[in-house]
Amino acid sequence: MTVTARTIISVRGLVKSYGTFTVLHGIDLDIAEGEVVCVIGPSGSGKSTLIRCINHLEAFSPESIITVDGIQVKPGAALAKVRAEVGMVFQSFNLFPHMTVLKNVMLAPMRVRGMAEAEAAQKARELLARVGIAEQADKYPGQLSGGQQQRVAIARALAMQPKVLLFDEPTSALDPEMVGEVLDVMRRLAGTGVTMVVVTHEMGFARQVADRVIFMDGGRLVEMGSPSTIFDTPREERTRSFLRAVLNH
Amino acid sequence: MNLVNTFFNAGVFLESLPQLLWGLVVTLEIGLVSIVAGLVGGLVLAVARLYSPALIRLFIRAYVDVFRSIPLLVLLIVVYYALPFVGIRLSPFFSAVTALSLVSAAYTAEIFRAGIEAIPHGQFEASAALGLSNRHTMVDVILPQAIRIVIPPLTNNCINVLKDTALASVVAMPDLLKQATQAQALAANPTPLIGAAAIYVLLLWPMVAVVSRLETHFSRGKR
Repeated sequence: MTVTARTIISVRGLVKSYGTFTVLHGIDLDIAEGEVVCVIGPSGSGKSTLIRCINHLEAFSPESIITVDGIQVKPGAALAKVRAEVGMVFQSFNLFPHMTVLKNVMLAPMRVRGMAEAEAAQKARELLARVGIAEQADKYPGQLSGGQQQRVAIARALAMQPKVLLFDEPTSALDPEMVGEVLDVMRRLAGTGVTMVVVTHEMGFARQVADRVIFMDGGRLVEMGSPSTIFDTPREERTRSFLRAVLNH
Repeated sequence: MNLVNTFFNAGVFLESLPQLLWGLVVTLEIGLVSIVAGLVGGLVLAVARLYSPALIRLFIRAYVDVFRSIPLLVLLIVVYYALPFVGIRLSPFFSAVTALSLVSAAYTAEIFRAGIEAIPHGQFEASAALGLSNRHTMVDVILPQAIRIVIPPLTNNCINVLKDTALASVVAMPDLLKQATQAQALAANPTPLIGAAAIYVLLLWPMVAVVSRLETHFSRGKR
């Protein structure tokens, strides 16, 4: 990553609470264009909530400021613009079960970008080929394996040509033998210049692919740095104990 | 006097049949117009209840609760006999259609709401994350899935509306029941009433059977 890359996601003083329970305690974070950031940490540390705030799937405290590509993330007309630029891949895929795989990928470009059907179909087939499931285009999501479904979900997100891709534990719901195929697709994506923010428990992936690793605990950014810093020479005791727990089994 | 001649008198039946069939046409007219109006109204109410400001949501909830509580016969009589006092004079046909549609819309709204709520939240989130508008989320993603869920209860509701059209006879609407009672008076024989009952059953039995089949089909094909 070059030092001069401009900031595409900026998070300032992000606070998120449910009633009296605070999930995020004032997060500050800048992510540069093209950067691949992996967010790790124990369950309930707020890492999923953090990325769900970036496209406003979670509402957050009005004093907090998040901007994506210069547009402030808040309810209203500009939010649709942000969401069109920010793709998201969910743990539970969330494909549309009543549409074929091809239609799943075509829908948003047609409805949001106004793309013609023939063009959308051609683009969708290209993307499905890119994630290695061109031959499944006319099946329904329910007929595919979990790994294939998640690859469709990635193609669906890519169809909007987003500047940023958010991954919310994309391999956590998969059978172990299907994790690899999804991580492979993500690894290839990481080289294409799209900004990626990945919440994951796959430490091997984070170490290999991330430009930067963020460790979160208790709703705070505890430590961040290059993969080698975080995994080999973490400063914080909390980071060390978490890594000991997840790596030694 | 034997039973067959009293209740199943072929001569009386054939003589009253044209009158009964005219009544059936009126019954179907009232029923179909009310079903369509109730469906449209119910869908609008259900979607509005999802996306409107709190005050309108409250109003819709009140509407749904009130019109599910009021007996249809009472509503019909209010529409036909009470509204003229404030200058609203509806024909028997429109009185019947108005009362039936108002109540059917309330039930339909509840059915659609349950159908929409049965769609996993992830479908709304995926749509939002893609930047789809509320309208496209509904039209392309949520409603096509909800329709599968709501078809059996909606068909049930249609059956109820068709049955309730018989109440229109109290506002002098010449529907199937009204024609049957008139034919009965004319012939001094209850056969036309039995005939009308048989026509109702013949009309609705296939729909009842379809609902049963749909219910088994959908419960089997559950994802």
